[in-house]
Amino acid sequence: MSETPERTPKLIPEQHALPLGFVRGEPVLERPEDLYIPPDALELILEAFSGPMDLLLYLIRRHKVEIVDLPILPITQQYMTYVDMMKELKLELAADYLVMAAMLTEIKSRLLLPKPPQVEDEEVDPRAELVRRLREYEAIREGAGYLEAQPQQERDFCVVQANSDARDYVKQLPPEVSLEDLVLAFGKVMQQAQLQEHHHIHRERLSTRARMSAILDLLTQQSRVRFSEVFDTSEGKAGVVVSFLAILELSKEALIEITQIDAFSELHISKRQDQQSRVTEHA
Amino acid sequence: MHDQQLKQLIEAALFAADAPLSVDQLKELLVAQQISKAKIQTTLTELQQDYQNRGVQLQQVASGYRFQTRTELGSILAGLWQEKPPKYSQALLETLALIAYRQPITRGDIEEIRGVSVSSQIMKSLQERGWVKVVGQREVPGRPQLYATTAEFLDYFNVKDLAELPPIPASENAQPATATESTTAETATDQRVH
Repeated sequence: MSETPERTPKLIPEQHALPLGFVRGEPVLERPEDLYIPPDALELILEAFSGPMDLLLYLIRRHKVEIVDLPILPITQQYMTYVDMMKELKLELAADYLVMAAMLTEIKSRLLLPKPPQVEDEEVDPRAELVRRLREYEAIREGAGYLEAQPQQERDFCVVQANSDARDYVKQLPPEVSLEDLVLAFGKVMQQAQLQEHHHIHRERLSTRARMSAILDLLTQQSRVRFSEVFDTSEGKAGVVVSFLAILELSKEALIEITQIDAFSELHISKRQDQQSRVTEHA
Repeated sequence: MHDQQLKQLIEAALFAADAPLSVDQLKELLVAQQISKAKIQTTLTELQQDYQNRGVQLQQVASGYRFQTRTELGSILAGLWQEKPPKYSQALLETLALIAYRQPITRGDIEEIRGVSVSSQIMKSLQERGWVKVVGQREVPGRPQLYATTAEFLDYFNVKDLAELPPIPASENAQPATATESTTAETATDQRVH
Protein backbone atom coordinates (compact mmCIF):
# COMPACT_ATOMS: atom_id res chain seq x y z
CA MET A 1 0.00 0.00 0.00
CA SER A 2 1.42 3.34 -1.01
CA GLU A 3 -1.13 5.42 0.92
CA THR A 4 -1.22 5.44 4.67
CA PRO A 5 -4.76 4.52 5.56
CA GLU A 6 -6.06 7.35 7.69
CA ARG A 7 -9.53 6.71 9.01
CA THR A 8 -11.08 10.13 8.59
CA PRO A 9 -13.83 9.51 6.13
CA LYS A 10 -16.38 12.04 7.40
CA LEU A 11 -14.43 15.25 7.09
CA ILE A 12 -13.06 15.72 3.62
CA PRO A 13 -10.69 18.67 3.29
CA GLU A 14 -10.87 20.40 -0.07
CA GLN A 15 -7.18 20.03 -0.76
CA HIS A 16 -7.44 16.21 -0.49
CA ALA A 17 -7.16 13.97 -3.52
CA LEU A 18 -10.29 13.17 -5.45
CA PRO A 19 -12.24 10.26 -4.07
CA LEU A 20 -11.81 6.95 -5.83
CA GLY A 21 -15.54 6.51 -5.94
CA PHE A 22 -18.72 6.71 -3.97
CA VAL A 23 -20.30 3.97 -1.95
CA ARG A 24 -23.84 4.80 -0.82
CA GLY A 25 -23.09 8.46 -1.21
CA GLU A 26 -19.97 8.26 0.96
CA PRO A 27 -16.77 9.07 -0.88
CA VAL A 28 -14.09 6.40 -0.80
CA LEU A 29 -10.65 7.88 -0.54
CA GLU A 30 -8.54 4.91 0.34
CA ARG A 31 -7.89 2.06 -1.91
CA PRO A 32 -9.20 -1.21 -0.44
CA GLU A 33 -6.36 -2.73 1.55
CA ASP A 34 -6.75 -6.19 0.14
CA LEU A 35 -7.74 -5.80 -3.42
CA TYR A 36 -7.21 -9.46 -4.41
CA ILE A 37 -9.59 -11.45 -2.17
CA PRO A 38 -11.14 -9.92 0.89
CA PRO A 39 -10.90 -12.30 3.88
CA ASP A 40 -14.65 -12.62 4.13
CA ALA A 41 -14.85 -13.73 0.53
CA LEU A 42 -12.18 -16.36 1.07
CA GLU A 43 -14.11 -17.68 4.01
CA LEU A 44 -17.10 -17.89 1.74
CA ILE A 45 -15.09 -19.87 -0.80
CA LEU A 46 -13.97 -22.19 1.96
CA GLU A 47 -17.44 -22.66 3.25
CA ALA A 48 -18.62 -23.49 -0.23
CA PHE A 49 -16.61 -26.70 0.08
CA SER A 50 -17.88 -29.14 2.61
CA GLY A 51 -14.40 -30.62 3.13
CA PRO A 52 -11.10 -31.60 1.53
CA MET A 53 -12.76 -34.33 -0.52
CA ASP A 54 -15.18 -31.80 -1.93
CA LEU A 55 -12.36 -29.43 -2.85
CA LEU A 56 -10.36 -32.25 -4.41
CA LEU A 57 -13.32 -33.41 -6.44
CA TYR A 58 -13.88 -29.84 -7.61
CA LEU A 59 -10.26 -29.51 -8.75
CA ILE A 60 -10.39 -32.82 -10.62
CA ARG A 61 -13.63 -31.83 -12.32
CA ARG A 62 -12.08 -28.55 -13.40
CA HIS A 63 -9.39 -30.54 -15.20
CA LYS A 64 -12.15 -32.38 -17.01
CA VAL A 65 -10.65 -35.77 -16.26
CA GLU A 66 -11.98 -38.96 -14.76
CA ILE A 67 -11.26 -39.62 -11.11
CA VAL A 68 -9.30 -42.74 -12.14
CA ASP A 69 -6.89 -40.61 -14.21
CA LEU A 70 -6.21 -38.39 -11.22
CA PRO A 71 -3.49 -35.96 -12.41
CA ILE A 72 -1.66 -35.92 -9.12
CA LEU A 73 0.93 -33.19 -9.79
CA PRO A 74 -1.29 -30.29 -10.92
CA ILE A 75 -4.00 -31.26 -8.49
CA THR A 76 -1.58 -31.34 -5.57
CA GLN A 77 -0.18 -27.95 -6.53
CA GLN A 78 -3.59 -26.35 -6.80
CA TYR A 79 -4.76 -28.02 -3.65
CA MET A 80 -1.77 -26.63 -1.76
CA THR A 81 -2.56 -23.11 -2.96
CA TYR A 82 -6.00 -23.38 -1.44
CA VAL A 83 -4.67 -24.86 1.77
CA ASP A 84 -2.09 -22.08 2.12
CA MET A 85 -4.85 -19.53 1.77
CA MET A 86 -7.04 -21.15 4.36
CA LYS A 87 -4.23 -21.82 6.81
CA GLU A 88 -3.97 -18.11 7.50
CA LEU A 89 -7.64 -17.71 8.13
CA LYS A 90 -9.18 -20.77 9.64
CA LEU A 91 -6.59 -22.90 11.29
CA GLU A 92 -9.13 -25.28 12.73
CA LEU A 93 -10.74 -25.89 9.40
CA ALA A 94 -7.41 -26.23 7.67
CA ALA A 95 -6.39 -29.19 9.84
CA ASP A 96 -8.66 -31.59 7.95
CA TYR A 97 -7.36 -30.16 4.70
CA LEU A 98 -3.78 -30.61 5.81
CA VAL A 99 -4.29 -34.33 6.29
CA MET A 100 -5.38 -34.54 2.68
CA ALA A 101 -2.40 -32.41 1.61
CA ALA A 102 -0.07 -34.85 3.35
CA MET A 103 -1.75 -37.74 1.59
CA LEU A 104 -1.43 -36.05 -1.81
CA THR A 105 2.25 -35.33 -1.32
CA GLU A 106 2.84 -38.87 -0.14
CA ILE A 107 1.22 -40.25 -3.30
CA LYS A 108 3.20 -37.82 -5.42
CA SER A 109 6.48 -38.85 -3.83
CA ARG A 110 5.65 -42.52 -4.23
CA LEU A 111 4.98 -41.94 -7.94
CA LEU A 112 8.33 -40.18 -8.25
CA LEU A 113 10.31 -42.97 -6.60
CA PRO A 114 12.19 -45.18 -9.04
CA LYS A 115 10.60 -48.60 -9.22
CA PRO A 116 12.64 -51.55 -8.04
CA PRO A 117 13.79 -53.81 -10.92
CA GLN A 118 11.95 -56.91 -9.66
CA VAL A 119 8.46 -55.50 -9.89
CA GLU A 120 5.69 -57.81 -8.85
CA ASP A 121 3.28 -58.59 -11.67
CA GLU A 122 0.51 -56.92 -9.73
CA GLU A 123 1.60 -53.32 -9.62
CA VAL A 124 -0.12 -51.11 -7.12
CA ASP A 125 -1.02 -47.62 -8.12
CA PRO A 126 -0.37 -45.39 -5.10
CA ARG A 127 -3.38 -43.39 -6.15
CA ALA A 128 -5.70 -46.37 -5.85
CA GLU A 129 -6.80 -45.77 -2.28
CA LEU A 130 -7.44 -42.08 -2.87
CA VAL A 131 -9.33 -42.89 -6.06
CA ARG A 132 -11.50 -45.34 -4.13
CA ARG A 133 -12.26 -42.75 -1.47
CA LEU A 134 -12.98 -40.10 -4.07
CA ARG A 135 -15.40 -42.36 -5.85
CA GLU A 136 -17.15 -43.23 -2.63
CA TYR A 137 -17.30 -39.57 -1.73
CA GLU A 138 -18.71 -38.74 -5.15
CA ALA A 139 -21.42 -41.38 -4.64
CA ILE A 140 -22.30 -39.86 -1.27
CA ARG A 141 -22.44 -36.39 -2.77
CA GLU A 142 -24.86 -37.77 -5.28
CA GLY A 143 -26.91 -39.22 -2.42
CA ALA A 144 -26.84 -35.88 -0.62
CA GLY A 145 -28.11 -34.29 -3.82
CA TYR A 146 -30.96 -36.79 -3.98
CA LEU A 147 -31.91 -36.06 -0.41
CA GLU A 148 -31.88 -32.34 -1.15
CA ALA A 149 -34.08 -32.90 -4.22
CA GLN A 150 -36.42 -35.26 -2.38
CA PRO A 151 -39.72 -33.68 -1.31
CA GLN A 152 -39.09 -32.39 2.20
CA GLN A 153 -41.77 -32.03 4.78
CA GLU A 154 -41.47 -28.38 5.69
CA ARG A 155 -40.24 -27.16 2.32
CA ASP A 156 -42.34 -29.02 -0.22
CA PHE A 157 -45.38 -30.29 1.56
CA CYS A 158 -47.13 -30.13 4.86
CA VAL A 159 -49.04 -32.86 6.59
CA VAL A 160 -52.78 -32.20 6.53
CA GLN A 161 -54.95 -32.89 9.54
CA ALA A 162 -58.54 -32.06 10.26
CA ASN A 163 -58.36 -29.59 13.10
CA SER A 164 -61.14 -30.78 15.33
CA ASP A 165 -61.79 -29.03 18.60
CA ALA A 166 -63.83 -31.97 19.88
CA ARG A 167 -61.17 -32.84 22.38
CA ASP A 168 -61.27 -29.42 23.95
CA TYR A 169 -64.72 -30.20 25.29
CA VAL A 170 -63.52 -33.38 26.88
CA LYS A 171 -60.42 -31.87 28.36
CA GLN A 172 -60.80 -30.44 31.82
CA LEU A 173 -59.49 -26.99 32.39
CA PRO A 174 -57.26 -26.86 35.43
CA PRO A 175 -59.10 -24.82 38.15
CA GLU A 176 -57.56 -21.66 39.42
CA VAL A 177 -55.79 -21.98 42.72
CA SER A 178 -56.69 -19.39 45.35
CA LEU A 179 -54.66 -18.44 48.39
CA GLU A 180 -57.16 -20.23 50.65
CA ASP A 181 -56.65 -23.43 48.70
CA LEU A 182 -52.95 -23.11 49.20
CA VAL A 183 -53.32 -22.52 52.92
CA LEU A 184 -55.67 -25.51 53.21
CA ALA A 185 -53.25 -27.71 51.28
CA PHE A 186 -50.43 -26.61 53.52
CA GLY A 187 -52.54 -27.32 56.59
CA LYS A 188 -53.10 -30.86 55.40
CA VAL A 189 -49.40 -31.39 54.85
CA MET A 190 -48.74 -30.12 58.37
CA GLN A 191 -51.34 -32.54 59.75
CA GLN A 192 -49.67 -35.36 57.92
CA ALA A 193 -46.33 -34.33 59.31
CA GLN A 194 -47.77 -34.30 62.83
CA LEU A 195 -49.21 -37.79 62.35
CA GLN A 196 -45.83 -38.93 61.23
CA GLU A 197 -44.28 -37.52 64.38
CA HIS A 198 -46.87 -39.26 66.55
CA HIS A 199 -46.01 -42.55 64.98
CA HIS A 200 -42.37 -42.12 65.81
CA ILE A 201 -43.13 -41.70 69.50
CA HIS A 202 -45.29 -44.82 69.46
CA ARG A 203 -42.57 -46.88 67.94
CA GLU A 204 -40.16 -45.92 70.64
CA ARG A 205 -42.60 -46.54 73.44
CA LEU A 206 -43.69 -49.95 72.24
CA SER A 207 -40.75 -51.84 70.88
CA THR A 208 -41.48 -55.27 69.39
CA ARG A 209 -38.16 -56.54 70.70
CA ALA A 210 -38.98 -55.43 74.25
CA ARG A 211 -42.42 -57.02 73.97
CA MET A 212 -40.84 -60.28 72.80
CA SER A 213 -38.68 -60.36 75.95
CA ALA A 214 -41.69 -59.55 78.10
CA ILE A 215 -43.66 -62.47 76.62
CA LEU A 216 -40.72 -64.86 77.10
CA ASP A 217 -40.39 -63.62 80.69
CA LEU A 218 -44.08 -64.29 81.23
CA LEU A 219 -43.63 -67.79 79.81
CA THR A 220 -40.82 -68.62 82.25
CA GLN A 221 -43.20 -67.83 85.08
CA GLN A 222 -46.16 -69.68 83.58
CA SER A 223 -45.43 -72.53 81.20
CA ARG A 224 -48.70 -72.04 79.31
CA VAL A 225 -50.40 -68.74 78.74
CA ARG A 226 -53.77 -68.12 77.14
CA PHE A 227 -53.48 -66.11 73.92
CA SER A 228 -55.64 -63.28 75.25
CA GLU A 229 -53.49 -62.95 78.39
CA VAL A 230 -50.59 -61.70 76.33
CA PHE A 231 -52.54 -58.67 75.23
CA ASP A 232 -53.11 -55.68 77.41
CA THR A 233 -56.07 -53.89 75.85
CA SER A 234 -55.41 -50.78 77.92
CA GLU A 235 -52.42 -50.11 75.69
CA GLY A 236 -54.81 -49.49 72.82
CA LYS A 237 -54.60 -50.64 69.23
CA ALA A 238 -50.89 -49.94 68.90
CA GLY A 239 -50.04 -52.03 71.94
CA VAL A 240 -52.14 -54.93 70.71
CA VAL A 241 -50.44 -54.78 67.31
CA VAL A 242 -46.99 -54.75 68.89
CA SER A 243 -47.85 -57.76 71.05
CA PHE A 244 -49.14 -59.65 68.05
CA LEU A 245 -46.02 -58.80 66.06
CA ALA A 246 -43.92 -60.00 68.98
CA ILE A 247 -45.78 -63.35 69.01
CA LEU A 248 -45.28 -63.75 65.27
CA GLU A 249 -41.61 -62.90 65.61
CA LEU A 250 -41.09 -65.32 68.49
CA SER A 251 -42.90 -68.03 66.57
CA LYS A 252 -40.74 -67.38 63.54
CA GLU A 253 -37.62 -67.69 65.62
CA ALA A 254 -39.00 -70.97 66.98
CA LEU A 255 -38.85 -69.80 70.60
CA ILE A 256 -42.53 -70.30 71.33
CA GLU A 257 -45.23 -72.71 70.32
CA ILE A 258 -48.79 -71.76 69.58
CA THR A 259 -51.23 -74.56 70.29
CA GLN A 260 -54.92 -75.12 70.10
CA ILE A 261 -56.72 -78.03 71.72
CA ASP A 262 -59.57 -78.22 69.29
CA ALA A 263 -61.18 -76.09 66.60
CA PHE A 264 -62.42 -72.64 67.74
CA SER A 265 -61.00 -73.12 71.21
CA GLU A 266 -58.68 -70.60 72.87
CA LEU A 267 -55.14 -70.47 71.58
CA HIS A 268 -52.30 -71.10 74.01
CA ILE A 269 -48.71 -70.02 73.93
CA SER A 270 -45.90 -71.97 75.48
CA LYS A 271 -42.13 -72.14 75.33
CA ARG A 272 -40.87 -74.49 72.76
CA GLN A 273 -39.94 -77.55 74.80
CA ASP A 274 -38.50 -80.00 72.29
CA GLN A 275 -35.74 -77.61 71.22
CA GLN A 276 -34.67 -77.03 74.76
CA SER A 277 -34.65 -80.73 75.51
CA ARG A 278 -32.70 -81.40 72.32
CA VAL A 279 -30.11 -78.88 73.39
CA THR A 280 -29.82 -80.52 76.75
CA GLU A 281 -29.52 -83.95 75.12
CA HIS A 282 -26.61 -82.75 73.06
CA ALA A 283 -24.94 -81.14 76.01
CA MET B 1 -70.57 -51.89 6.58
CA HIS B 2 -70.82 -50.52 3.04
CA ASP B 3 -67.70 -49.86 1.03
CA GLN B 4 -68.71 -46.22 0.93
CA GLN B 5 -68.96 -46.03 4.72
CA LEU B 6 -65.64 -47.77 5.14
CA LYS B 7 -63.97 -45.32 2.80
CA GLN B 8 -65.46 -42.39 4.67
CA LEU B 9 -64.32 -43.83 7.98
CA ILE B 10 -60.74 -44.39 6.84
CA GLU B 11 -60.58 -40.97 5.26
CA ALA B 12 -61.89 -39.33 8.41
CA ALA B 13 -59.56 -41.34 10.63
CA LEU B 14 -56.51 -40.32 8.61
CA PHE B 15 -57.52 -36.67 8.81
CA ALA B 16 -58.30 -36.77 12.49
CA ALA B 17 -55.24 -38.75 13.60
CA ASP B 18 -52.21 -36.94 14.98
CA ALA B 19 -49.75 -39.16 13.13
CA PRO B 20 -49.71 -41.38 10.03
CA LEU B 21 -51.81 -44.55 10.45
CA SER B 22 -50.62 -47.95 9.31
CA VAL B 23 -52.92 -50.65 7.93
CA ASP B 24 -52.53 -52.47 11.26
CA GLN B 25 -53.56 -49.41 13.21
CA LEU B 26 -56.61 -48.94 10.97
CA LYS B 27 -57.54 -52.58 11.46
CA GLU B 28 -57.32 -52.12 15.20
CA LEU B 29 -59.52 -49.05 15.00
CA LEU B 30 -62.11 -50.99 13.00
CA VAL B 31 -61.86 -54.11 15.14
CA ALA B 32 -65.57 -54.09 15.93
CA GLN B 33 -66.43 -53.89 12.24
CA GLN B 34 -64.19 -56.87 11.47
CA ILE B 35 -62.57 -55.48 8.35
CA SER B 36 -59.78 -57.50 6.77
CA LYS B 37 -56.38 -55.99 6.11
CA ALA B 38 -56.82 -56.64 2.40
CA LYS B 39 -60.08 -54.69 2.43
CA ILE B 40 -58.42 -51.77 4.22
CA GLN B 41 -55.57 -51.89 1.70
CA THR B 42 -57.88 -51.76 -1.34
CA THR B 43 -59.89 -48.95 0.23
CA LEU B 44 -56.68 -46.99 0.81
CA THR B 45 -55.67 -47.49 -2.81
CA GLU B 46 -59.10 -46.28 -3.94
CA LEU B 47 -58.84 -43.23 -1.72
CA GLN B 48 -55.40 -42.55 -3.17
CA GLN B 49 -56.92 -42.59 -6.66
CA ASP B 50 -59.80 -40.35 -5.57
CA TYR B 51 -57.31 -37.77 -4.38
CA GLN B 52 -54.99 -38.05 -7.37
CA ASN B 53 -55.90 -34.69 -8.88
CA ARG B 54 -56.56 -32.83 -5.67
CA GLY B 55 -54.41 -30.33 -3.78
CA VAL B 56 -54.21 -32.78 -0.94
CA GLN B 57 -52.84 -36.26 -1.51
CA LEU B 58 -52.97 -39.53 0.34
CA GLN B 59 -49.34 -40.57 0.77
CA GLN B 60 -47.82 -43.73 2.16
CA VAL B 61 -44.66 -43.13 4.21
CA ALA B 62 -42.66 -45.31 6.59
CA SER B 63 -45.01 -44.79 9.56
CA GLY B 64 -48.19 -45.32 7.55
CA TYR B 65 -50.68 -43.35 5.50
CA ARG B 66 -51.23 -39.63 5.85
CA PHE B 67 -52.77 -36.75 3.95
CA GLN B 68 -50.40 -34.04 2.79
CA THR B 69 -50.35 -31.14 0.37
CA ARG B 70 -49.03 -31.68 -3.16
CA THR B 71 -45.26 -31.33 -3.19
CA GLU B 72 -45.29 -28.85 -6.08
CA LEU B 73 -47.36 -26.38 -4.04
CA GLY B 74 -44.79 -26.03 -1.26
CA SER B 75 -43.16 -22.81 -2.40
CA ILE B 76 -46.49 -20.97 -2.63
CA LEU B 77 -47.97 -22.41 0.53
CA ALA B 78 -44.84 -21.28 2.38
CA GLY B 79 -46.36 -17.79 2.20
CA LEU B 80 -48.90 -18.89 4.83
CA TRP B 81 -46.25 -18.83 7.51
CA GLN B 82 -43.71 -16.33 8.70
CA GLU B 83 -40.97 -18.86 9.28
CA LYS B 84 -38.93 -20.03 6.34
CA PRO B 85 -38.48 -23.76 5.91
CA PRO B 86 -35.04 -24.94 7.10
CA LYS B 87 -32.24 -25.11 4.58
CA TYR B 88 -29.79 -27.89 5.24
CA SER B 89 -26.06 -27.39 4.77
CA GLN B 90 -24.05 -29.51 2.36
CA ALA B 91 -22.13 -30.97 5.31
CA LEU B 92 -25.36 -32.04 7.02
CA LEU B 93 -26.79 -33.52 3.85
CA GLU B 94 -23.59 -35.47 3.14
CA THR B 95 -23.52 -36.83 6.67
CA LEU B 96 -27.19 -37.76 6.45
CA ALA B 97 -26.70 -39.34 3.01
CA LEU B 98 -23.81 -41.44 4.37
CA ILE B 99 -25.92 -42.70 7.25
CA ALA B 100 -28.92 -43.32 4.97
CA TYR B 101 -27.06 -45.10 2.17
CA ARG B 102 -24.29 -46.84 4.12
CA GLN B 103 -25.96 -47.69 7.43
CA PRO B 104 -25.14 -48.93 9.95
CA ILE B 105 -22.13 -46.67 10.05
CA THR B 106 -19.75 -45.22 12.65
CA ARG B 107 -18.51 -41.68 13.01
CA GLY B 108 -15.10 -42.95 11.93
CA ASP B 109 -16.52 -44.27 8.66
CA ILE B 110 -18.20 -40.93 8.01
CA GLU B 111 -14.97 -39.10 8.71
CA GLU B 112 -13.00 -41.38 6.43
CA ILE B 113 -15.27 -40.81 3.46
CA ARG B 114 -15.92 -37.11 3.98
CA GLY B 115 -12.30 -36.36 4.95
CA VAL B 116 -13.54 -34.05 7.71
CA SER B 117 -14.08 -34.66 11.39
CA VAL B 118 -17.77 -35.16 12.03
CA SER B 119 -19.32 -32.07 13.52
CA SER B 120 -20.96 -32.87 16.85
CA GLN B 121 -23.50 -30.20 16.12
CA ILE B 122 -24.59 -31.96 12.95
CA MET B 123 -24.91 -35.31 14.73
CA LYS B 124 -26.82 -33.64 17.53
CA SER B 125 -29.27 -31.93 15.22
CA LEU B 126 -29.78 -35.15 13.21
CA GLN B 127 -30.58 -36.99 16.42
CA GLU B 128 -32.74 -34.19 17.78
CA ARG B 129 -34.79 -34.22 14.62
CA GLY B 130 -35.23 -37.93 15.20
CA TRP B 131 -33.75 -38.83 11.80
CA VAL B 132 -30.77 -40.75 13.12
CA LYS B 133 -30.32 -43.07 16.07
CA VAL B 134 -27.70 -45.35 17.59
CA VAL B 135 -28.52 -48.95 16.73
CA GLY B 136 -25.55 -50.70 18.30
CA GLN B 137 -21.82 -50.77 18.63
CA ARG B 138 -19.21 -52.22 16.32
CA GLU B 139 -17.19 -54.95 17.98
CA VAL B 140 -13.81 -53.32 17.44
CA PRO B 141 -11.59 -51.56 19.98
CA GLY B 142 -13.39 -48.56 21.37
CA ARG B 143 -16.76 -50.11 20.46
CA PRO B 144 -17.85 -47.16 18.29
CA GLN B 145 -21.56 -46.48 18.04
CA LEU B 146 -23.33 -47.48 14.86
CA TYR B 147 -25.79 -45.00 13.41
CA ALA B 148 -28.86 -45.70 11.28
CA THR B 149 -31.78 -43.68 9.95
CA THR B 150 -35.27 -43.82 11.45
CA ALA B 151 -38.86 -43.98 10.19
CA GLU B 152 -39.16 -40.26 10.96
CA PHE B 153 -36.35 -39.63 8.49
CA LEU B 154 -38.24 -41.52 5.78
CA ASP B 155 -41.48 -39.71 6.68
CA TYR B 156 -39.78 -36.34 6.39
CA PHE B 157 -38.31 -37.17 3.00
CA ASN B 158 -41.64 -38.51 1.78
CA VAL B 159 -40.72 -42.18 1.23
CA LYS B 160 -41.91 -45.42 2.76
CA ASP B 161 -38.56 -47.21 2.75
CA LEU B 162 -34.91 -46.65 1.91
CA ALA B 163 -35.25 -48.50 -1.40
CA GLU B 164 -37.45 -45.65 -2.61
CA LEU B 165 -34.54 -43.23 -2.50
CA PRO B 166 -32.69 -42.96 -5.83
CA PRO B 167 -29.78 -45.44 -5.83
CA ILE B 168 -26.16 -44.32 -5.72
CA PRO B 169 -23.12 -46.29 -6.94
CA ALA B 170 -22.38 -49.18 -4.62
CA SER B 171 -19.55 -48.88 -2.17
CA GLU B 172 -16.35 -50.49 -3.41
CA ASN B 173 -15.52 -51.65 0.07
CA ALA B 174 -17.24 -54.95 -0.47
CA GLN B 175 -14.61 -55.89 -3.06
CA PRO B 176 -11.54 -57.67 -1.73
CA ALA B 177 -8.57 -55.36 -1.44
CA THR B 178 -6.38 -55.75 -4.51
CA ALA B 179 -3.42 -54.09 -2.92
CA THR B 180 -0.74 -56.44 -1.68
CA GLU B 181 0.68 -53.90 0.71
CA SER B 182 -2.34 -52.75 2.58
CA THR B 183 -2.41 -49.28 4.02
CA THR B 184 -4.03 -48.34 7.27
CA ALA B 185 -7.01 -46.98 5.38
CA GLU B 186 -7.57 -50.36 3.81
CA THR B 187 -7.47 -52.08 7.16
CA ALA B 188 -10.19 -49.74 8.22
CA THR B 189 -12.07 -50.80 5.14
CA ASP B 190 -11.81 -54.45 6.04
CA GLN B 191 -13.26 -53.75 9.44
CA ARG B 192 -16.26 -52.14 7.91
CA VAL B 193 -17.26 -55.28 6.09
CA HIS B 194 -18.65 -57.82 8.44
